[in-house]
This record gives sequence, structure tokens and C-alpha cells, in this order.
Amino acid sequence: MSGSGDPRSGKARLYPVTPPLLELASVSKSYPGVRALDRVSLKVERGEVLALIGENGAGKSTLMKILGGVVEPTEGAIRIEGVEHRSLSVAGAMAAGIAFVHQELNLFDNLDVAANVMIGREPVFAGPLRLIDRAALSAKVMPLLQRLGVDFQADTPVAELSLAQRQLVEIAKALSLDARIVIMDEPTSSLTASETARLLRVIAELKAGGVAVIFISHRLVEVEHCADRVVVLRDGAVVGELAKGEIDHDTMIRMMIGRDLKSLHVPADRPPGVTVLELAGVRTPAHPEHAIDLALRSGEILGMAGLVGAGRTELARVLFGIDRRLAGELSLEGRKLAIATPRDAIDHGIFLVPEDRKRSGLVLEFSVKENVSLANLAAFAVGAIIKSGAERRNADERRTALDIRTASIDTLVGTLSGGNQQKVVLAKWLSMTPKVVIFDEPTRGIDVGSKSEIYKLMRGLADSGVAVLMISSDMEEVIGVSDRILVMREGRIAGFLERPEFSEENVMHLAVGRRDLQAAEAVVC
Amino acid sequence: MLKKDLGLLVLILVVGLVVSILNPRFLSPINLGNTANLIGLFGLFSIGAGIVIITGGIDLSVGSVFALLGVIYIDLLVGWQLPWWLATIVVVLGGVALGCIHGFLITRLRLQPFIVTLCGLLIYRGIARYYTNDGTAGFEYGQSFPTLEWVTTGRTLGVPHSFIMFLVVAAIMALVLHCSVFGRYLFAVGKNEEAARYSGIRTERVVAAAYIISGGLAGLSSIYLAMYTRSISPASHGNFYELYGIAAAVLGGCSLRGGEGSILGIVLGAILLQILQNLVNLLGIPSSLNFAVMGTVILIGVIADQQLTRLRERRARR
Repeated sequence: MSGSGDPRSGKARLYPVTPPLLELASVSKSYPGVRALDRVSLKVERGEVLALIGENGAGKSTLMKILGGVVEPTEGAIRIEGVEHRSLSVAGAMAAGIAFVHQELNLFDNLDVAANVMIGREPVFAGPLRLIDRAALSAKVMPLLQRLGVDFQADTPVAELSLAQRQLVEIAKALSLDARIVIMDEPTSSLTASETARLLRVIAELKAGGVAVIFISHRLVEVEHCADRVVVLRDGAVVGELAKGEIDHDTMIRMMIGRDLKSLHVPADRPPGVTVLELAGVRTPAHPEHAIDLALRSGEILGMAGLVGAGRTELARVLFGIDRRLAGELSLEGRKLAIATPRDAIDHGIFLVPEDRKRSGLVLEFSVKENVSLANLAAFAVGAIIKSGAERRNADERRTALDIRTASIDTLVGTLSGGNQQKVVLAKWLSMTPKVVIFDEPTRGIDVGSKSEIYKLMRGLADSGVAVLMISSDMEEVIGVSDRILVMREGRIAGFLERPEFSEENVMHLAVGRRDLQAAEAVVC
Repeated sequence: MLKKDLGLLVLILVVGLVVSILNPRFLSPINLGNTANLIGLFGLFSIGAGIVIITGGIDLSVGSVFALLGVIYIDLLVGWQLPWWLATIVVVLGGVALGCIHGFLITRLRLQPFIVTLCGLLIYRGIARYYTNDGTAGFEYGQSFPTLEWVTTGRTLGVPHSFIMFLVVAAIMALVLHCSVFGRYLFAVGKNEEAARYSGIRTERVVAAAYIISGGLAGLSSIYLAMYTRSISPASHGNFYELYGIAAAVLGGCSLRGGEGSILGIVLGAILLQILQNLVNLLGIPSSLNFAVMGTVILIGVIADQQLTRLRERRARR
């Protein structure tokens, strides 16, 4: 974008009539080995609310990153009011009037609302000190806040605002930048019903002012109520579009799913055995309003599905002793269990293969050997001194058993591939006797070959009598690997599915839910 | 890690060679003995500083601990007439207790190590000065403790016992750091505290233990320093010594980011630092430049650490 700013005055008009505000023409994005977006074309008109829906990993966030100028498309073009761009830069996207309201908000907690809205563009007094002109600042911000009908002041510190109010600050910031396209990524995921209603009113207000809104949401009820058009993404491609009259809950779900799932399922050796770990009325700090009852059975792989933020990882953290259990009881093989730290969980044979293996699963600058023995080092020590021979022998055994491909057990784990790193995490736990193993996104970022090896290892664990809990956002994995599926939604158990009922549609129905329809009906959008 | 230590050893030998060519007195038994004594005195607490740095923390309090425990030690011997071994135990345990307080504040109340030990630095210095009414604590005329003096300031075949004590402590700590379960945990916590926690390591205990070790070694050093100076002016005794410890550890390859370092490195760092001090004296550089030399050395140490890390990362990315 040139300094003159307004792209409208720039290049020659390509359309006889007014071109759409934003147009993506066959945009693709490939990463090594993955095609994240596949020839996506879509249009957004002025004053239109476009909802973008799709499962986890359908390509929504990649698309957003391209519009925000963070990621460069591999192919295709972006047209803003007919002016073609190969790609956008962050500054270019801003200059073109594209603004984001992020899932994780980008506000400065330590500043007030006005300072946040005008950050980097503060009106200043003349003079070398460039003192901030507070009055002018407020004068610029007040009308925006009034337009949005907010219930806080320009000088309220952001630290005192709720999440919903912070979103409104972000929207005010977008308006102050003369944004013409506001992109909202899961804006209602952590809002209450009344906050959601207010946000939807704000969206209507933006729309009336000619601003286009791209609304990404898993909450199909809201989509039904406020979208003018719905674009459905699946596996990186646009699989369909619904116009105002056709938007309907079941149609949307049907379009989001429907992939051909390869069967990964290896049937269990025997039917599930006794209950190993039982949860009764367990409440997590993340969702204290819901109590969870659950039984993990020996020999069974229980798949845990749900949308991002449904409270699955949070439950795993409580079971493993990372977070404190607010209420409820755990019992292991019928005996009551007190787990206050990961050490307690480990000593009882409850292991966690964490979601972020680089951060929580491994010490990347340690060798394979040192990582494998980290959780039960005492077993390889006489007194306080580590017996190097015993430690090496164990690491060598695990390396062979799990087929960890590494030059040596002294190689630093950080240099291994994702699949081999995950095997090192597993090797750490398999050096002990597991009773319950929780896998959190076990194959994220792992190549296909290692994936099937990890599935085999999980099945082997289950067949040896271990209770396996597999948290996964990968539908193929959940349906293909689990013996039973548990679907979480907004911090509670939405339901269980037995193998004959396994289908993407059933999982999605439980994961998305039919959120209090009446409350949503009341929202005028 | 071995390469780093080897580099340091080569540097020590080169500096030693250059200094001994410029001033042959460097190699005289008297000079070597005195330098060894200083290496021992400063090396003892440098090991503690290094262990804390490996957890990613810092201990700024030791210099003031020397003043406080030093005046208490002399008072126990002179005023309370305690047997020397009992006074010694009390003072070492005093250092351990201060380390416990630091560890508690850092791991339980989640205060920043810098703040906690900076406050310790101010508080202990103040209490030490108040304890003696800002006067100098010293032994009475003719008072002597033959065994204690032999252990602390004595020499065997010209080798100062402080240096021997340093090597003994270094050997024990090398075993702890490089061969024990606790040592492995210390590195794990320093490198990736979260992964350590997810592996069932009680990371808070490990971090607290590092401060306790540092405190205990500071207590031991207090005795050696008190017996070396024989009188203690609490306003100046041990001033800035924490920085010698940190400097030795950083020179020896301990990264302030945590998770890196070795006892051998710290020993070599302590040796290099004293040789540099010795060089200032022997080469006729104004002794007022002493701190400037030390500051420059710390700076170069940190820059080198950063550049090497960057280089390693770049190589790893390739």
C-alpha cells in the first residue's frame, strides 16, 4: 500500500460495477507436506456479515492469517475493492481497512481504554516532549464508545474489564482505524448469553454502518441468527456456501463433515475390563460450574472429542495434578486417591502425554537418555548417585521397543523429528508401569508413518490392561482409533458414543450442541 | 560443555604464561600460595552462586552474609567463648537458614530471586553494622585457636588449606551436580521448568535446595574469610563479593538463562578471576582499576555466552 493510503483511488477499475469489498481468488497455502488451503475463493460485500465455519483444522485460521498479512499465500490473489494484491503485509492489511478481533485479545492490561484504542496514534501536544493530549484522546475515543453503547468509560483501566468488554475495546480500536472489514475469530466462545446478545447487536450496528464482518464461530445458533451468508470450509477447501434463506443448523453440520475416513481402528483384543480410574463430581478450575463423572476402563481407548476450549485439556491437567481439583473425588481401582502434584499421579501410574510436547513433554536440550529417565530417575540410582549403566540400558531398551529413530541415545531430543520426540515422551512413561495413560493430541504435527505407530502403541497399552484416554481434535483419529467416544462441550460432558454410533455427524452434533435456542431467538440481529 | 572448559583452561595458561614472562614473580612460591589462598576463599561461594544460576536464579546476598555471619562468628568465639567447632556449626547452619528463607520466598511466595536476594544484601549488611554498633569485630590480643587456624589459614607443603577445602567442596559438588539425581533435576528445572514439573519433579524443592546450598557455602566461606581477615568491619567486609561469585560462575560457562554450567567451569572461572586480579597487581596496573577489570570480564563473559548460543542455534537450524 502506498502512503497516500486509500486503495480506492489507486489502480484502474477492473469491474464496470462496484467490485466487492474483499475478494479472494483461488488462494492456496501449502506448508511442507500439508496443503492448508486449497484454491479458496470467496467474496465479502459492504455491510455484509459472512460466517466462516468448519471443523478444527479446516483452514479457517490459515485464511485469517492470510487476510491479516501474517502468512503469505502460495498461490492466488486477494482483491480489495478490485485492487489486486499477491499478498498482504500486516501494515498493508491495516491500511486496506482489515481489522481483527482476536480470540486471544491483544490489549495492554496496564493502560486504560482510550490509550488502548489509540495506541501508536496518540494525539500529542506540539513540542519536543510529545506529551499526550488527554483531552483530544478522549474526544476521539468517546464517540466510538458511544456508538458501540458500552458500559465503561474511556479512562477505565483495561485490567478491570471483563473479556466481553475487552472485545468491545478491540472493536472500538478497529473502528478508530476506519476498518471496513472486521474479522472476529470465535468472538463468543467465552461470553455469557447476554454478552453474546450485546455483541450480536454491535455486529448489527457495524453492518448498518457499511462495515463488513467476517464471523468465525462454532456456535451455529449464532451463525443462524446473524449471518447473511455462510461459507463452509473443509480440509482447506470451500465445500459450499449458504445464502440467507438456506442457513440452517443441520445443513451446516452436514456440510462441515462428510470426509472419507480411512479406518484406523484396530479392534481391541477383548471387551473393556473393570473401571480403573473413576471421577465423581470432579470440577476443574477452568469450568467450575460443571461437575464431571467419568469411568476409565481397563483395556479401552476412550476418545475425547470436542471443540477447542471445551475443557478437555483442563480436565487432563487436573487428573495429572498440574491444576488443583476444586471438588469431587477420584478413585483408582476402587481406592480413593489424593492427587496434588504430578508426582502423586505418576506414583499411582497415571501418566500424561501433554499437548505441547516441546514445552511440557520434553527438555529439548537434554539427550534422549536423560529425557527417558527423567520421571523415575530414582529407579536408576543407588542412593543419590545415578547408575549410568542402568540408565543407558533402560534408554536402549525403550529405544528398541518403541523404534525411536535417533543416531544415539545421547542425541539431543530437540534435533529429532516430531514423531520420534513423541516416542521419547512415551518412552519416559513406559519405563514405569502405567495404569492410566492420557494422550493429549497425541499425533499433532506428526507425520503419517509415526502416527500409525503411535496408534499401535496406544492399542498395545490398552490390550495390556491400561486405561487409555485420548484427547483429540482430529475427527479421523477420534473415530478411527477410539473404542468409545466422549464428547465435551463448554466444560461438561455432552455425551458418549459407542462404536456403532460413531460418525462425524454424531460427534459434531454433540460438540456444537443446540445451545439454548430460546435465548438466541431473543437476539435481534 | 567440555569444549568450553578446555577453552577456559587454555585461556588461564596463556594469561599465566604472559604474566610470568612480563613479571617472573608470578611463579614465585609466595605469589602462587597467596593466589591459591584467594582462589580458595572466593571459589567456595562461587560454587554456590553457580548452582543458583543453573536454576535460572541469582544470589546477590552472599557479600552481606559474610559480614553478618562473620561478626556473629567472632562474637561467638570471643564474647560467648563457645568452642570453635560449635561456633563453626552454628554459623554454617546460619547460612543454611538464610538460604531456606530465600528459597521459601522465591518458591512459595513466588518473588523474583533478584529482589529477594537484593533485599537480603541490604538487610544483612544493616543488621551486621547494628550488631557491632558499626564497630570492628576482632579477636582479643593473644587469643588463638590453633586447630581452627590450621584448618582455615594453615598450609601443607605450601598449599593453603582454603584452597584444599575449595577443591574438596568442588569435588563433592561435582559429584552432586553431574552424577546425582538432584543434579539432573537441577539442570532439568533450569532448562525447562514446565517439562520438569510434568515429569513429576518437585521443581520448587529443587530451586529452594539451590538457595540452601548457596547459603550453606556462604556460611562456610564466612568462617574462612573471617579467619583470613581476623577482624571484620561490617560496613565493608565482603562488599561486592557476590559479584565475584557470579563473575566466576558466568566465566565458567553458567548461563544466566539457566540450565547450563559445570563445577569444573566454575573452578576454572574462579581461578581465572584471581589470576586477573593478580595480574593487575603484578603488572603495575593501578589497583583502582580492579573493579573495572572485573566488570569488563563479566561483560565479555556474557557477550561470549550470548554469541555462542546464537551461533549454536543458527547451526541447529541448518
